[in-house]
Amino acid sequence: MTASALTAWDKVQLARHPHRPHTLDYVRSCCEDFTELHGDRRFGDDAAIVSGLARFDGRTVMIVGHQKGRDARENVKRNFGMPRPEGYRKALRLFQHAEKFGFPVLCFIDTPGADPGIQSEERGQGNAIAENILVMAGLRVPIVAIVIGEGGSGGALAIGVADRLLMLEHSVYSVASPEGTAAILWRDSAKAPDAARAMKITAQDLQALGIADDIIAEPEGGAHTDAAVVLEAAGQALRQQMATLCQLDTETLLAQRYSKYRRIGQFQEAQLHLLNGTAPEPPAVLPF
Amino acid sequence: MKEWFRRQPKHFTPATRDSGQQIPDNMWVKCSSCGELNYVKQLNDNLKVCKCGYHMRLTAREWLGLLDADTFVEEDAELAPSDPLEFVSTKDVYVQKLAENQERTGLNDALVSGHGTIQGNPLHIAVSEFTFIGGSMGSVYGERLARAAERAAELQHPLLTITATGGARQHEGVLSLMQMAKTNMALTRLAAIGQPHFALLVDPCYAGVMASYASVADVIIAEPGARIGFAGQRVIEQTIRQKLPAHFQTAEFMVEHGMIDMVVPRAELRATLARLLRLYGGTASNDVVADDIPATLQV
Ligand SMILES: [Zn+2]
Repeated sequence: MTASALTAWDKVQLARHPHRPHTLDYVRSCCEDFTELHGDRRFGDDAAIVSGLARFDGRTVMIVGHQKGRDARENVKRNFGMPRPEGYRKALRLFQHAEKFGFPVLCFIDTPGADPGIQSEERGQGNAIAENILVMAGLRVPIVAIVIGEGGSGGALAIGVADRLLMLEHSVYSVASPEGTAAILWRDSAKAPDAARAMKITAQDLQALGIADDIIAEPEGGAHTDAAVVLEAAGQALRQQMATLCQLDTETLLAQRYSKYRRIGQFQEAQLHLLNGTAPEPPAVLPF
Repeated sequence: MKEWFRRQPKHFTPATRDSGQQIPDNMWVKCSSCGELNYVKQLNDNLKVCKCGYHMRLTAREWLGLLDADTFVEEDAELAPSDPLEFVSTKDVYVQKLAENQERTGLNDALVSGHGTIQGNPLHIAVSEFTFIGGSMGSVYGERLARAAERAAELQHPLLTITATGGARQHEGVLSLMQMAKTNMALTRLAAIGQPHFALLVDPCYAGVMASYASVADVIIAEPGARIGFAGQRVIEQTIRQKLPAHFQTAEFMVEHGMIDMVVPRAELRATLARLLRLYGGTASNDVVADDIPATLQV
């Protein structure tokens, strides 16, 4: 494999490749009887997220995934895989639906990020994402998520809180797109390759950081060069993870999920007595 | 031991904030909204609200003045940020940025947490410091917030979060993103014992923090005129290629669109919070007892 020679920015290009398999390709390959369910029952239906029931390895599961398009027309319909609040609220409805019927959840992550538009703000984009994260935190069925392309920011995490997180070899997952980070930090989105490198966004980085649980190999030129092999390998890995999780009782599952997320983060715990000036300062005096 | 651990704590004079420069107590401060000069003593008596109604930004320590005098006990002060990604770019070195912000603010990260009382009602509190790398949430911020929520749940206290932030901290990458999951995860503990989370959103409040704990509180309060949203205005303007209306993403806009509960002027905040604390008081003792809480998980 020459994969290690690829830079983070190269991987971003592969992760965004228009011929890369998208959510519905995986669903067609590894599921049967996929039945798409539509709408958030509040405002509308968002084609940037596809969701529905399917048979997967002998079980009924709930599928939720970002969906990108392959051509201009489909990309407009799918909003380039950038969900609006109604997309996240459709996902929320179906997470709760899955819990009601005891269906495990399978999430496919592939988005540049949540839609940044006036109407998305008016309808509470931040709240839509936050509610999903909260509900997934306590959802009483197994959740397996796989990053198949781009995992962009809160827009990805909104369907990404999971008991197991898999990533394709050349997929990326980051706090903001490299362009976004470059714009936030340096007001210069042309510095995106620099940001991609500094941000440690590759599947290999995420595995080293303890966030990705497993990596699925891709052909040398990327998943699109031999989609059948990747779809098969991903299906195999997903079946294996799901089978393991389905053996756990619900309380163990939830306890493991809590502790998995609760321990993410790196910090120092200095010894207080060695510190100078850590005695808490009194609140500043304003006459509240 | 890093050099900044030995720094002398800086003194906080309420009058130094909005302009970022030292101004003696007997001087005047220019309002960044209307341009009028405010006499510092009078401005402080007015909780740093200009005569025009503009609510100037407060530091985290100034916000702690909402608590009853001398009741604040800081927790988790010993947590300190590290540099998990060894973040270095051509324009930015994280360890240097941390050291500068620690030196300037006297804090070691962008969130101060602990417990205290408001009109005698006990609560846990977590306040962000916007002048520390834009109040951004990284590992220390997320850990302090999660611990505050867990302790509140253990002690059956409500949680008050006061937030001014630009979102997740870029320099800790995906670890910052995951703090969104971690903080919401911890809030499920509070929900499980029936204690409320009150969120006070102050200017500005954006992005990853608005897409996590701040927008799923049981009661969401904002200060007049505070900018609140998910996507930043610059990003939206670049995407849609037009100027945004002045009213867009203000606290008042958020109320109109049903996204927050109320806009409360600074002078009424303490009374409002005290009333809420009284209203929710006792809900924990009815039929939910501490024994019902799943045993604390090892983390
Ligand atoms: Zn003014």
